[in-house]
Amino acid sequence: MAQVPVGFYTDTSVCIGCKACQVACHQWNDLPADLAQQPSENSPGRARPLTGNSYDNTGSLSANNWRHVKFIEQFNPERTETAWLMMSDVCKHCVNAPCLEVCPTGAIIRTEFDTVYIQQDVCNGCRDCVGACPFGVIHMAGAENAGKGTAKKCTLCYDRLQHNLTPACAQACPTESIQFGPIDELKKRAEARLQQLQSAGYSKARLYGADETILGGLNSFYLLMDTPETYGLPSNPKLPSRSVLPSSLFSIGSALAVGLAALFSFRVRRVNQLHPEGASGQDAADFDGDA
Amino acid sequence: MDGRIVAAPEWGVWVILYFFFGGIAAGAYFIGTLIDLVGHERDRPIARLAYYIAFPLVLLCGILLVVDLGRPERFWHMLIQSNTGLPMFKYWSPMSVGTWALLLFGLFTGVSFVGALAEEGRFGLGRFNGPARWLHRGPSLFELAGIAVGFFIAAYTGAVLTATNQPFWSDSPLIGALFLASAASTGIAALLLVMRFARRTPDDSVANLERTDRWAMLLELLLLIAFVVSLGSLAPAFVISIYGLLLIVGTLAIGVIVPLVISWRTHPFGANSTVIAALLALAGGLVLRYAIVMGGQYVSVAGR
Repeated sequence: MAQVPVGFYTDTSVCIGCKACQVACHQWNDLPADLAQQPSENSPGRARPLTGNSYDNTGSLSANNWRHVKFIEQFNPERTETAWLMMSDVCKHCVNAPCLEVCPTGAIIRTEFDTVYIQQDVCNGCRDCVGACPFGVIHMAGAENAGKGTAKKCTLCYDRLQHNLTPACAQACPTESIQFGPIDELKKRAEARLQQLQSAGYSKARLYGADETILGGLNSFYLLMDTPETYGLPSNPKLPSRSVLPSSLFSIGSALAVGLAALFSFRVRRVNQLHPEGASGQDAADFDGDA
Repeated sequence: MDGRIVAAPEWGVWVILYFFFGGIAAGAYFIGTLIDLVGHERDRPIARLAYYIAFPLVLLCGILLVVDLGRPERFWHMLIQSNTGLPMFKYWSPMSVGTWALLLFGLFTGVSFVGALAEEGRFGLGRFNGPARWLHRGPSLFELAGIAVGFFIAAYTGAVLTATNQPFWSDSPLIGALFLASAASTGIAALLLVMRFARRTPDDSVANLERTDRWAMLLELLLLIAFVVSLGSLAPAFVISIYGLLLIVGTLAIGVIVPLVISWRTHPFGANSTVIAALLALAGGLVLRYAIVMGGQYVSVAGR
């Protein structure tokens, strides 16, 4: 039964980088740690080395990290002032989701909550969705204990939603940087917060994905304190299907060229070969090394 | 700053080999059916040879695609909805359409393969010679549809790459057209190679095939240059990467220009010139797929 569309509004201005969202996500979804070496019968596995990137210890979203807190340190040219941006990244649950669009098995569906969900028992690991996602969200599970061979990403805690529970990350967030609720309500909160920030002088503050300009809207949208590119977000992601028409037209042109080459080589040329007296001056213009 | 942080789908050796062998199969098949459609009776041995090449390669392609899946035992989910049993088809997804097209291509190449055996009276199939010749005589619906499916198989793999959000792949609309031209040149190269060792074919037929090949290689040459130009601001990062160098040296120079020169005027290696040119063209086709598939996933661009 269709429900009110729900999602996340993430206010990066109040994120403190505590990673409670990451921990809660791992705990609720029973996600193993990303190890440098996968455990086996004879080896317990090896911890990943430190990334060396600020307080970031997981590096990126992955098959086991469905939440990832980004740490972006900015300095002025004199290096006397610093700004520290933090953002809890997650699947954007796009209204027009590229992953859902390309999925050839129907494994990726839109749920009754208007979220995007990968059915693990349907996915066959073709990986088309991985390349289609403009946010680098989807990854393939490589470890047996993580459901090897299928695509993984945030489910927006579909199991919790079915029981009227708040997703684990939003529940755990101590600063309400991650807020969960009906999309319309979240947008009103985000607009009010944006006006507050801009009136306080944060001129670069902006909403990302709250309107329909980005993939029809993102059901996990953001309030950013700088440009999307600063956070590693694309300013204008596209639907994969938009590339199909131009690619098809050029391919048809290429096919016509090859077809004409065969026609002239095997038809016109053949007529001249069989009836040399009827051959015209066409040969002179031929691209012919054997003439 | 490019701003794109994407994950690589990790399409590797199986996908590259599928693109390569699928291209040869498609190229050989549409050249064979085109010869059947517009050629002379004397050219028919080339067409039959094309059918002998295409069908086994299509079977190999099916295996390569299944092996590449993370869950190979679920390959049929591409065709049948696992929860309803209804056909699984999304006309807006190049991979979904391509899966069905490959199945269809298997049927076309299979029928043509058996037809070629029947025409040559092999394996006791001679009694089906009549229907087999009927399928491939004159402009028939079977031939026209076969050409269309062959062209589609040659090009859709490029559309699969373009219909993503990966750098390079999604930045150029020319990969499908380029793969099609390469399918023609590698398909013809495979034909010339097999003909050199295994089949007597009239010299004028071979000359006509080589002429078609030269046009295909010229088209590929132009599309390769256009592809790099179409990458825009990403072109420099690609060109200086190992994949860009492979594309320029391995495909453009060694796989296209050298065979074109050998075939066009000089024939510097005498009777072996055709074989050498064909081998270089095939190697160039493989390097093309490798460079584009890997380049789109692993070339570092700003912001990535």
